[in-house]
Amino acid sequence: MGLIVASDLAIGPAPGRILARDITFTLEKGEVIAVLGPNGAGKTTLFRTLLALIPPMAGQLELSGFDPATLCPEAIARRLSYVPQAMSAAFPWSVTDFVLMGRSARIGRFATPGRADSAIAAKALSRMGITHLAEAPVTRLSGGERQLALIARALAQESPAILLDEPAAALDFGNRERLAQLLSGLAADGLGLIFSTHEPAQAARLADKVLTIDRAGQAMLGAPSAMLAAERLAALYGLRLAEVQRASGQRAEGCGQIARPGGIGP
Amino acid sequence: MVLLNIRLPRIATAVLVGAALAGAGSAYQMAFRNPLVSPDILGVSAGAGLGAVAGIFFGLPVWGIQAAAFATGLATVGVVMAVAALAMGGARDTLALVLTGMAVGALAGAGIAIFKVLADPDNQLPAMTFWLLGSLAGVRSGDAVVLIPAIIVGLAPLVLLRWRIGTLAMGEDEARALGIDTSRLRIVVILTATLMTAAAVSAAGTIGWIGLMVPHMARLIAGPRFDRALPLALILGATLMLGIDTVARSVATTELPLGVLTAVIGAPVFLTLLARGRKSWG
Repeated sequence: MGLIVASDLAIGPAPGRILARDITFTLEKGEVIAVLGPNGAGKTTLFRTLLALIPPMAGQLELSGFDPATLCPEAIARRLSYVPQAMSAAFPWSVTDFVLMGRSARIGRFATPGRADSAIAAKALSRMGITHLAEAPVTRLSGGERQLALIARALAQESPAILLDEPAAALDFGNRERLAQLLSGLAADGLGLIFSTHEPAQAARLADKVLTIDRAGQAMLGAPSAMLAAERLAALYGLRLAEVQRASGQRAEGCGQIARPGGIGP
Repeated sequence: MVLLNIRLPRIATAVLVGAALAGAGSAYQMAFRNPLVSPDILGVSAGAGLGAVAGIFFGLPVWGIQAAAFATGLATVGVVMAVAALAMGGARDTLALVLTGMAVGALAGAGIAIFKVLADPDNQLPAMTFWLLGSLAGVRSGDAVVLIPAIIVGLAPLVLLRWRIGTLAMGEDEARALGIDTSRLRIVVILTATLMTAAAVSAAGTIGWIGLMVPHMARLIAGPRFDRALPLALILGATLMLGIDTVARSVATTELPLGVLTAVIGAPVFLTLLARGRKSWG
């Protein structure tokens, strides 16, 4: 039984406005799925559908064997947590209090988090390496620290699966690599992760499977090697093959490429 | 007898009104994720004012004026929620609610203005003006007795649901992903805050500032966690209201309107607190 099973899912903001269809995948324990697609293809809509914030327009969706439409918000939150693209903190909670909010689905309706919840929040902070920020107000964190606090909140939720909406979009190169290491560590611990990204390299670095949604709303699932091939990326983003090769060549080889035509070789 | 029939009810009413406005404001600032929101954002005060002014105009007895204020206060928020739900794409959308509240509040303000123009300028107009600026001068023992149940009914859900109401400030999608039934919880907050504000306003007239300022003071001292800031806001609101009412009745031979004093005392206190720490407003 998969953590998330989607079969022939169609998604959209309203009936008659379907953004993407034929979304079929299974997220197993310890697995990482990357979602790629051009802007506006429906990546965020897919996440909102998986979180049962909006209903699927067609097809079946299961969270650990249950139709999310039949689950109360707490039950969904215990199965699946969400890391939004950016933190929009309206009030300057401390990082600890912010992470404690992840316990909401685990405590009684009229309760406040207790000692056990605080211990879980502290563990989540140390897993993300931000224990030293425990008392800092979230409004004062840097972009990278905010991302880690958001993931720590998802960890405190103790759901077996986590959705991350472009987790690396606002991060610098170093923080991106640190985040990649943390995420593969979480997957190694047995968590199932789904993340969206605009960087094929990131999908290649982390994902076991890649789900693409093209501009026409057609979804496809496959192994990273096949899905991230230059031909596929060209079709997905509406680029010519040479453009994709140039873009990924520059990324992969950097300045070294310039030296080569000089003919130092044999 | 003076103590029992006049002073004690007045003190009790001041405490209840202060706590009610501060509690309602605290919950609203979380539910609308905005530290600038006050309990009358959805038009409850304007609506209650319209009811009271109409009551004065038609020569109702004091209890009749209060009942009219209470009823129109609740009805105004009801209208705002219905309009937001039917015409503005859902009561779930806080922006639609706030904008509808502003529009309906402006209509109620126009109604108030009409009654003031039509009112007898020697008799009714001063009564209307005094009521709209807020006063506890007319409080008798019956008022506190009526206020207590309304405020307990309004406050109990806020206290019980204190943790969950705090998570509403995360925003709709995030709060729901955390396992919160946001639509239902937000309606609970609106209903209870409206009930308390309508009860407070019908007993004491429109009193600004308390519902906006006291939640800030509480968060500055206790931090932004709603479950910690709420109890403090209730205590501060009650204390401040009592202090302001004491000043109102003792500083001059005529009673000063509470609305004037809350602004005169509140604004400098508010600015001082804000200058000392930006902690409560990000």
